Amino acid sequence: MHPIIKTLIKRIGLGIVSLFFVSLIIFSSVNLLPGDFVESVLGQNRTEETVKVFRQELGLDKPYHVRYFNWLTAAVQGDLGSTFSGRNASYANQPQQSTARSVSSLLQPRLFNTFFLAAMTAMIAIPLSLILGISAALFRNSFYDRTVNASALTAISMPEFFVAYILIIFLASINQFFPSLSNVTSSTPFLERVYLSILPALTLTLVTVAHMMRMTRASIINLLSSPYIEMARLKGMSRTKVIMKHALPNAWAPIANIIAFNLAYLIVGVVVVEVVFVYPGVGQLMVDSVIKRDIPVVQGCALVFALTYILLNLIADVISIITNPRLLYPK
Amino acid sequence: MSRASDQYSAKDEVSTLFIRRTILQRSFILLSKAPFTAWLGMIIVSSYFFVALFAPFLAPYGEAQIFKVPYAPWDNVHIFGTDRLGRDILSRLIYGARNTMGIALVTTFLAFLIGVGFGLLSAILRGWVDQILARFVDILMAIPSLIFALMLLSIFGSTALNLILIIAVLDSTRVFRLARAVGMNVVVMEYVEAARLRGEKISWIMGKEILPNILPPLVAEFGLRFCYVFLMIASLSFLGVGIQPPTADWGSMVRDTGELIQFAAYDVTAALTPILPAAAIGILTIGVNFVVDWFLYLTSGLKDEHE
Repeated sequence: MHPIIKTLIKRIGLGIVSLFFVSLIIFSSVNLLPGDFVESVLGQNRTEETVKVFRQELGLDKPYHVRYFNWLTAAVQGDLGSTFSGRNASYANQPQQSTARSVSSLLQPRLFNTFFLAAMTAMIAIPLSLILGISAALFRNSFYDRTVNASALTAISMPEFFVAYILIIFLASINQFFPSLSNVTSSTPFLERVYLSILPALTLTLVTVAHMMRMTRASIINLLSSPYIEMARLKGMSRTKVIMKHALPNAWAPIANIIAFNLAYLIVGVVVVEVVFVYPGVGQLMVDSVIKRDIPVVQGCALVFALTYILLNLIADVISIITNPRLLYPK
Repeated sequence: MSRASDQYSAKDEVSTLFIRRTILQRSFILLSKAPFTAWLGMIIVSSYFFVALFAPFLAPYGEAQIFKVPYAPWDNVHIFGTDRLGRDILSRLIYGARNTMGIALVTTFLAFLIGVGFGLLSAILRGWVDQILARFVDILMAIPSLIFALMLLSIFGSTALNLILIIAVLDSTRVFRLARAVGMNVVVMEYVEAARLRGEKISWIMGKEILPNILPPLVAEFGLRFCYVFLMIASLSFLGVGIQPPTADWGSMVRDTGELIQFAAYDVTAALTPILPAAAIGILTIGVNFVVDWFLYLTSGLKDEHE
């Protein structure tokens, strides 16, 4: 078998295994709840009957592995259970007419919003940071390099909400260019949506560009100092030819890795930024549910985030395997 | 001597006296060679620690002392005004240094205790212990740590103890990887083999044979992990699930005074109120980064500018 296919199958298998374990961890988290959470969720108005019905609905009377399997098959089909909130009062009186909403109906519109924000950020951040990183590596130790590097270090050290607030002060409060609240809805037209999301996207861009630019720079410098590049230079090749023909094929893998790593980082950064700008995305939903201790919603959000994170890392590895020149020409 | 200094002379080399210096003198020489950024970093970090240690003497009012006027403007009585409940911002900033940094330090120490302990164990024992630990860490790292922390906090509740334990365990995965990787290089050394043949216990081999030899990268990592933990706790507090009121903490202070930012056009000082704790977080992280950079440069000469 071709070594590329072999490596690919191995890597994808590993991804599936980690997905399985991650889902197991997320599922098990409910069982870690201290005390009898069925009673605490239903609150003061619970009766013995409602507790029993709720238990049955959650499947707590079944063995562990059956419950996990049921949960997983439902989750794969897009059914993540229903929320805890809105259960206590009405549910206690009429168990049949539950007011609880399904988690997936809560998640769906927010998922789109979050991916919209992430995509917008990625479209600005990726080209910008690649240009900055590569040029900083080429003009290493120049004044330009030092300035870019120092400002990147500063941006990395700042918490996201600090960057967000600074942007709000200058762009939304003193000069009212952009709104400081990004209250998009599903009916918001596209251009207005972009306009409303500019400040959160800009905040995320600043934070991720710093990371991406530093990593790109480091990997290019690393590459340019390898012996075969020196050899190419000593042969008398032109500078552009050295970079295009010799350096770049080997640079794709690290660059793809860096981009995917930072997109994964974006997923986490999104949580804080969404809260600052009251942007209705998955991150905000997750934080709200954590405060309300609405476990099914938290589980659903965590699953979405973990899934995206693992997939992005998988894609990065697949790209670096496919573009690896050493694997392209097997002995 | 009239000889040019770039010429090598064996006589010169032999005749130079080896000067025995005390630790104090050596560190003085070291410090005098430190670059500007390292100095800046050290000054920042030490002043933060000074404020944290002497908070009760420096703060004009108590941490949770409530005054009559909420959202008081900046004046002589309350230098940075008061917050929503009428608590003095300056005092809370000063106490916040103690709480936020204290919790972050304890968490980082705990993370290192767990991470280095299991990492070295994994490096020494190899075999199935290593396999199980390494795979387990891989799985933990497959979930973004902020998301994982949020999920665990929603289950166990947001108390300071839970916060410390959860973040320490999640962060120890990174420490584990580093300790295991650098430990592997030392485990194969002859003196470790000799210690094994002497019949020393695993705890001895870990603590006396391996640990002293992998200390420099671990110390540098400690600084970086501290920054990371510190930012993570600040983010969690900012989201309202970290350190809980009335304990003063920079992250939750930003959250509490956040709405003041809307008034920047009318009163800049009001808008600066939430910026102060956020800046306090950022400046400390920058300071620690500068010190760590210099330390890494000293211990390994491994700096990407180094050619």
